[in-house]
Order: sequence, then structure tokens, then C-alpha cells
Amino acid sequence: MALFGVDETVIAVLAPFAAALVAPTAVRMFWHNAAWLLAIVPALVFLHFFSYVGAVSQGQTFEEGFAWVRGYGVNFTFYLDGLAVLFALIVSGIGTLIILYAGGYMKGHPQQGRFMSFLFLFMGSMLGVVTGSNLLTLFIFWELTSITSFLLIGFDHLLAASRRAAMQALVVTGGGGLALLAGLLMIMNVTGETEMSNVIVSGEALRNSSLYIPILIMVLLGAFTKSAQFPFHFWLPNAMEAPTPVSAFLHSATMVKAGVYLLMRLNPVLGDTAAWITILPFFGGLTLLVGTLLAVRQTDLKLILAYTTVASLGLLVMLTGAGSEVAIEGAVIYLFAHALFKGSLFMVAGLVDHECGTRDLMRLGGLRKAMPITFLAAVLAALSMGGLPPFIGFIGKEMLYDGTWNLADNALLLTVVAVLGNGLMLAAAFGVAFKPFLGAPTKTPKHAHEGPVLMWLGPLTLAFCGLAAAVGIGWTGGSLIAPMAGAPVHGDYHLIPAHISAPFYLSLITIALGLFIFCRLDAVRQIMARVLKAIGWGPDRGFDQFISLVVRFAGVFTAIVQPGKMQVYMNTVFVVVALALLVPMGLYGEAPSMPAMPDFHFYEWLVLALIVMGVIAVLVARTRLIAIVSLGIQGFAVAVLYMLFGAPDLSFTQFMVETLSVVILALVMTRLNLSAHDNRPFRETISHAVIAIAGGIGFGALLLAVTQVPFDSRLSDFFAANSRVVAHGRNIVNVIIVDFRGFDTMGEISVVMITGLAILALIRVRKRGGKKEETPPGDGSLAPVSDAKPEVAP
Amino acid sequence: MNTVIFRTVAPFLTALMVLFSIFVLLRGHNEPGGGFIGGLIAASAFAIYGIACGVQPVRRALRVHPMSLSAFGLLLACLSGLPSFFSHVGFLTAHWVYPEVFGVDLALSTVIVFDTGVYFVVFGSITSIALALEERESD
Repeated sequence: MALFGVDETVIAVLAPFAAALVAPTAVRMFWHNAAWLLAIVPALVFLHFFSYVGAVSQGQTFEEGFAWVRGYGVNFTFYLDGLAVLFALIVSGIGTLIILYAGGYMKGHPQQGRFMSFLFLFMGSMLGVVTGSNLLTLFIFWELTSITSFLLIGFDHLLAASRRAAMQALVVTGGGGLALLAGLLMIMNVTGETEMSNVIVSGEALRNSSLYIPILIMVLLGAFTKSAQFPFHFWLPNAMEAPTPVSAFLHSATMVKAGVYLLMRLNPVLGDTAAWITILPFFGGLTLLVGTLLAVRQTDLKLILAYTTVASLGLLVMLTGAGSEVAIEGAVIYLFAHALFKGSLFMVAGLVDHECGTRDLMRLGGLRKAMPITFLAAVLAALSMGGLPPFIGFIGKEMLYDGTWNLADNALLLTVVAVLGNGLMLAAAFGVAFKPFLGAPTKTPKHAHEGPVLMWLGPLTLAFCGLAAAVGIGWTGGSLIAPMAGAPVHGDYHLIPAHISAPFYLSLITIALGLFIFCRLDAVRQIMARVLKAIGWGPDRGFDQFISLVVRFAGVFTAIVQPGKMQVYMNTVFVVVALALLVPMGLYGEAPSMPAMPDFHFYEWLVLALIVMGVIAVLVARTRLIAIVSLGIQGFAVAVLYMLFGAPDLSFTQFMVETLSVVILALVMTRLNLSAHDNRPFRETISHAVIAIAGGIGFGALLLAVTQVPFDSRLSDFFAANSRVVAHGRNIVNVIIVDFRGFDTMGEISVVMITGLAILALIRVRKRGGKKEETPPGDGSLAPVSDAKPEVAP
Repeated sequence: MNTVIFRTVAPFLTALMVLFSIFVLLRGHNEPGGGFIGGLIAASAFAIYGIACGVQPVRRALRVHPMSLSAFGLLLACLSGLPSFFSHVGFLTAHWVYPEVFGVDLALSTVIVFDTGVYFVVFGSITSIALALEERESD
């Protein structure tokens, strides 16, 4: 399918980015009601991906997009199969509801437009992750989700806690992303493929490769940090500093599942090895238990949900690594159910917080009268989370018990872990859904009342989806779940178990266990609190220790290589330059022979004399200003020389560069309040002179040596032949700069601009610092100017 | 440098140099010149103006911060690569059109847009550095 020559999927992925651009304007025009308008974008994206469901459930796959950087195999390609489509549906579907919810939640916030914009940026990035086929594009989208997550967690940037949480999330997920990049590059190296669609059918190539273990470790680092697996789980609860729409969208329903997505995606080519079925269930199971235990210890609604999200992700990883098809199917259906109920519960938590002014379980109670719709959504979602019939969570749980119970290895162990985790999860879910609403009404900071339609629409819709998906399990299973699991259509999903077997009994045990813990929630919480206090140390503290270690190391390192003395820098640079030029020439006997004296015209002699005089003038100048201006004499004379020998562009630039260098140097001098005279002691002058002469001889010898090598004219010929014909320009130098090598120039002007910004910042720092510092801006200010020189060299 | 003659001439000189810099920019594709040199000339024009009349008048004359001009230039250079996106060729591949305006054949291209971007980046960056240096602590 194509629109204006661009595949529709490309447009669907880019649409949220476009929406991000218009969101601030829309919010400025229509206030919070802009949400209704903006939600159309993800809704259309949802419809687009929905149109693939039929074909994909028949086992068809689609590849769309176009080539991007051909030379490196970087393409803007998308691959749609069952896995990608269901993820894309979750992202765009929940995204639509979240945009509406954010409209109500952030109503009246002065930065609402920016918030919406960030949400859309994330949505686009996440769609790119789940549909991207090219490995490098996939990586870029992957890191974009980390960056947008950073922006959203740190949205309340005035709060120190928000800033810390944002930084922590970025360091953990961004660092994991770099590991993932290494893994992807190795995958590309081993398989020789750059497209995911080709990699996943590469069969045994990766498993039989000697790089299998490094690849596995790198990919797992990427996936585990993103999906908050123990011991990287700590960033996720901290990320709850973000406004609730973010927690509901990124940190429960979508972004944190990117790691699980990656594992499921690579399961066909990386899975089913001893390492895979050991590491994944181990860390997954551990995360499940740690997550649920920490969850019941919390009293903050959002933190409870955050830790149960960690636990659910652990469960998903455990099932993905269990190594059986039924387990994978269980994982898929549970993932789908989790997105629905957890998104809903988070929005409920936000709604309660928004209307009551607190989300502390201890201070909430009896809200069922004041907030009936919210209560309904909470109950429906919690029943699904607790795995009770007739909800999708129940079917998911049946399926995953079926998976773990019939495993070849470790069946009993994994089943026990799953039952324990699910029991605790049920207790936590009921804690969130019933505690605030039942019992006697308490006094809350705000007078509690039902939220606006924008806010209850999302949670209620998701909660009902959880019910509808279970009632219509025939369609859900056949069209969404089975194609995603990659299995041939099973059609073997039942709301009511077809026969009473092990999974059913396990469900009964889970529910009984959950209800038992729920009734003793306060006691369990106190026990957990005491245990945690006894342990004392956690990965969160470890992160702080790690960061302070890095900072201290950086401080020591900087103190060594950057003493802050201009003279040391200059000496080092020029000594190294002189050595680099002279030593190899001496070692390899490449010193040039003395050329014969050419026949100069008298005016050429004149210019040469001018250059020498200029240099002498610099040396004998009484004040620094005179020395700087005299440097100009020599520079201008060189420019004239260029002109005489047929390089007008070079000469032109040299003139301007010399003029500006003199002006800027003179300004720097006056600004730094340098003394007018050169006060170096004699010994220093001598050592500087030695360095300068060595450098000069080195450069002179190098140029002579270069000109004595036979000239290879292939490039010159190419440019001379094609400049006029292909690029429609007679000035070859300019044509090279702006056309043939335009991309290089793009990089260079970016450097010019960044240098300018850096210098500006340096000057500002000096100004604010007031007193003189040892960082003369003049040092860097020549950078863009000297950049210009090699630029035009033909 | 603060003479009456210099101060009187400087605005005219600046205007002339800016004009010349644009001329140099536009002729660049066929004759010596181009965005880099043009930008440098324009930067020196405003440096002269700044030395003669002070920094504030220059800032007023430019209306926006020179760094914004620099950023605008980079944006322009990037945008000039976009048409190649839609015609499915390599990024920054040149596109030419030859419209006839008042009976004169004009050769317009994405290349000149790119070169104009270079002009603004060089001009903006160097001018902001020069102005920042010219500003005294008391300003």
C-alpha cells in the first residue's frame, strides 16, 4: 500500500512525530480539548495496523519502507508479522486513550503542549521499535524511546527526585542500548544480514557461531535493562516520578515491554540453547518474586503497580525463555492482558491521585460512592490482573500454567515460582482496586469526586477490553495471539476450561493464596519492611555508589590530562606535532631531497620577501598587538602567493581568514587584559623557539616530500570532467564543497556551529565568574576559522 | 579606531560588504566564491560595524541573535537534502529547476540553498564570537 509513493506504514510510524510538532500549537489553541483532536492521529495509526490483522493471522508477512544509506545497509524498512502488528496495536490503541487521558490529567498545566509533544515522540519511536526491520534503524528507535522516556520522567524538572529518576533511567536503559548495539552488530556480522526479516529466518547460523555467547549477553543486557529485570529493575519504580499518563503508557504498557519484544523476536534464532533456557527463566523468575514481594511492601498506589509491572515483566521473560511453544503462547496472551489491565490500573491510580490529592493507600478509603465509574474500571482491571474468570488475565494464567507444568526441565520449580508470583500479584491488585474504594470514607487532601470524561474513558475502555477479549476469545486467540506467538493457528483457547486439569487446580491454588495474602496484607507488608531494613543495601543505592565512583574517577583523570594551564596544552600539542612529522621521516629515511631552485619572476621574489619580513616583524615586535598585526602581513602575502599560482578560491578564503584572525586575536587580547609586552623569561623563549623551528622544519619537509611523490590525478580528472556536466558548476572547488562532498560539508558546518556555541558559553562563563580565568576563549575561537582552511584546499 | 571618519563610513562600508558577500555567495558555483567565503565577508562586515559603533547597534541591526542565524543556516542545509528523500535518491543529491522569470532563464537548485545554509552558519557563528568578544564587561 502506498500513498504519494511512500508506504503507508512509513507514514503511520512518522505520523506521531508530525503530531508532536503540532501538539503545542493545538494545545495553545484549544486548551485541554486539543486532546480530542490529537487523539485522531494514533487512532488512525491503530486503524492502519488493524487492517493487517486479517492477512497476518493467515501467516502472511509484509515488508515496507525504502533504502536509506545504501552503502552501509541502513534502511528505513518495516517488517509486519503477528508479533509486530499486535505490539503496534497495543502502542497505538493505548496511545490513543493515553492522549485523551493526558488531556484531562494535565489540564491547565502551562507545559501541557510540551507534554503531549513528548508523548507523541515516544509513540513514534516505540512504533519504530516494534515494526522496524533494519537492525540499525531498530537501534535508533530503541534509543529514541530511552531518550523520550528520559524527557517524560524528568518532566517536572524542578523536582530533584524527577531529575535523578530521569538520569537513572537514561543511564540504565541507554547503557543497555549500547550493549544491544554491540549485539546487533555482531548479529549482522555473523549472519551477513541487516534486516530483521532475514535474520529471523537464518536458522542455526547464530546458534552455531562462536560469537553466540557474546551476542546473547549483549542482547540480554539490552533487553534486561529496558524491561527492568533484576538487578536492573530499580529504575522502573523510580520512574514513577513521571506524571501518571507516562507511567501508564511507557512504564507499564509499552516501553518496558520492548525488551520482551526483542527476546520474542530473536527467540527463533537465539533461543532453545542451554544458555537461553537457563539464564532467562532464572532472571525472569527472580524478577517475578522480587517484584511481587516489593510490591506488597508499598503503600503508594503507583509504586505497588510499578513493582507488579517489574514482576510481570519477569514472568514474561521467564516464559519466553522456558523453551516451549505453549509457554510462549502463555507469555503472549499474558503480555496482551497485562497491557490492558496495567494501563487501566495506572490510569485509575492517577485518577484517584488527581481527584483526591493523594495516592497513599493508608489515607484512602470509601471512594466507591464518590467515584463509581473509576471503581468499576478498577474492579474490572484488578479481576483481570488477579487472573479471575471471565477475564483475559484468567485465560493468560491458564495458558502459562499449561506451559510451565508441561515443561521438560524445571517444570515444578518454574510452576511454583509462577504460582507464588501470581498469588502475590492478585493480593497487590486487590489492594490497589479495593482498598481505596471500600470501607469507611477517609478525609483526603482534596474533596473526592468523579473525574472528567477525558480521564475515565481510558481506564474504563481498557478494562472492558480485558473482558471483551476474554468473551470473544475465539477471535482474539485466532487473530491476535496465535499469529503473534508465531505458531500455526491453534484455535485452542477457552474461556471455560475444556477439561479439568493441572492448570485449573493451579489457578485455584493461586486464587486461594492471593486472597489469603490480601487479607493479611498489612502483616505481610510489615514483615517485608523489616526484611528490607535488615538487608539495607539495594541496587538503587548501588547505582548511586557507581555514579559517584565514575564522577570521582573522571575528576582524577581530568586533573591529570587537563591541568588548566594554556602553556602546557600548547607545548604538548606542538611538541607532538613536531615529533609526528620529524620522527617517521627520520626513521624510514623519507626525508625529501633539496629541490632545484625554480625560476621566480621578480614579483614572486617580492612576495616571498614580504612573507619573510612579516615573520621577522612578528619576532622583533615590541608589543603583542604589533606582533598580531605583523602575523597578518605574512598571511596576506601567502594569500597573494595562492592568487599568483592559480588558486583564487583558496586565496580569497585566506584573505578573509587572516582578516578575521587578526581582528579576533586582537579582541581576545584586549579582553583577557594581557600585558602589552611579552614577558617570557629567556629560557622559556629558547625552548619555545626550538619547538617552533622543529615544527616549521617538519611541515616544510612534509610538503616537499609530498610534492616529490608522483601526482595521482584520478580525482582531479574526475572532478574536472564532471563538475560542469553533472553538477552544472564551473567552479570546481565550490562544486566539490556543496555538491560532490556535500555531506562532509554538512558535518563541517555543524562543527563550526557547535564550536561557536562552545566559545560563546566559555565567554559567558568568564563573564559570570567575573575574575580572570585561565581559559582564554581565543584558544578555541580560531577553530572555525582554521576549519575553513582545509575545507577549500583543492 | 574610534575616529569620526571611521564611525561615519562604517555603516556604508558594512552595507557594501554585506551586498558583496551576497554577490560572492551567488556567483560561487561558477566563479571564485561561495557560502564559506561569503559568510566570512559578511562576518567581517559586522565586525567592522561593531568596532566602529559598538556592539549594541550591531545587535539591533541584526534583530535576532547571530547564533540563531547559524542554526537557521544548518536547518537550511539539512532541508536542502529533503527533496532527494522524496525522489528516492541519495541524501543531498542536487535537484535543479529552470523557471523562466520575466523572460530570463533562472537556474535554481538545492545546491544554492545548501550553500546559503553554509553562508549563514559561518556568518552567524563567527559574528556571535566576535560580538561576544567585543562586548566589554560593563555592557
